[in-house]
Amino acid sequence: MIEFLKRLFGHQGSSATAKERLRLVLMTDHLELAPEMIETMKRELVDVISRHVEVDRDRIEVNFERQDRTLALLANIPILSVNRPNGKVAPAAAPERPKAETSKKSAAVSNGETKPPRKRRRRKKSQTTASQPA
Amino acid sequence: MHQVESVQPEPAAEVAPAKLGRAIVLTSGKGGVGKTTTTANLGTALARRGSRVALIDADVGLRNLDIVLGLESRVTHHLLDVLEDRVTVDDALIGDKHTENLFLLAAAQSREKDDVETAKMQALVAALRERFDYVLIDCPAGIELGFRNAVAGADEAIVICTPEVSAVRDVDRVVGLLGNRFRPQLVINRLRPQLVKKGKMLSVEDVNAILRLPLLGVIADEPEIIVTTNRGEPLALRKENATGAAYHAIAARLAGEDVPPPMPPAVKPTLLERIGSLVGRRRS
Repeated sequence: MIEFLKRLFGHQGSSATAKERLRLVLMTDHLELAPEMIETMKRELVDVISRHVEVDRDRIEVNFERQDRTLALLANIPILSVNRPNGKVAPAAAPERPKAETSKKSAAVSNGETKPPRKRRRRKKSQTTASQPA
Repeated sequence: MHQVESVQPEPAAEVAPAKLGRAIVLTSGKGGVGKTTTTANLGTALARRGSRVALIDADVGLRNLDIVLGLESRVTHHLLDVLEDRVTVDDALIGDKHTENLFLLAAAQSREKDDVETAKMQALVAALRERFDYVLIDCPAGIELGFRNAVAGADEAIVICTPEVSAVRDVDRVVGLLGNRFRPQLVINRLRPQLVKKGKMLSVEDVNAILRLPLLGVIADEPEIIVTTNRGEPLALRKENATGAAYHAIAARLAGEDVPPPMPPAVKPTLLERIGSLVGRRRS
């Protein structure tokens, strides 16, 4: 918002835009150039989640999505079953759903976006380096 | 009594005999950012410090380093003549007309980059390193075989970047391709301090917040560069010119001299700003 006002009053030159665009494009470039890294990350991600719930490893989708000013990691990890309920109230996850889109312990999405719970298993904001004061 | 053991561990790349010169490739990925101009000026500055310098124009098919140095009429043999054993390297090296101890090995104009054999290029650079303190290799734009050949014989890299999104992105890519072996250092070229101040151009800090490389120097976008290039006289011949001096600062830093860290060229405060600073108002 302040950003917008700044831009409106011409206080912020185009170099800020350049910086922002570069930051984003380089993140995507780096991801594109490191497919093995993504594979490893996917594997490790699934390993961690598998410690708690049983997932369908064959149907995992991990994608990167460029949003307005951020890059988001979107993972769709179908859950086959939830293991030991541990006595506690299990989170709102229905076990045995073929393609479970369980609403989850969502890692607080800050950006005020109201996406349907569809496709949101895990979302990581990757806001590298100094973002400007805003 | 000579010292037998080195006191501190040396990086693997420097195990070679102590006398060997440094082979440095000047590269950028993107074309038109000033690789050739920087090579000519840095070579001039290094030679004027008393080093023996060989410049190799590796831009086969698009020979340009000769004309920037004003040596175009003296080229009789070129890089491929040497690589293909038609002439010796001494036959092909052209002595600079302004600076002692500065030599040019011109690119072949009528051939293609793919005609260069990587192994031969490596051997040539290795041979030159035995005779020169510095071998500067002017790399062609792009990241194809021409780039790989230019880089093959080098053991260090200087990456040239202008404060533009496209140049920064390409340098990022090139640095990724170079890997750790070349310990790339950054020269930011064509900086326009006035525009930076107005927030209309990426600053040195902006560029290097992204690239994160050791900063070797900053060169302003200086009209005199155009004039001197027109004449075939590198600006580094004129130390009294701020940009000429900036090349000498790069040379000194490269030689390991402890010169002050590279600063973007100064901008005179405008009248309004001077009034502003008197009043104590903060402007950014």
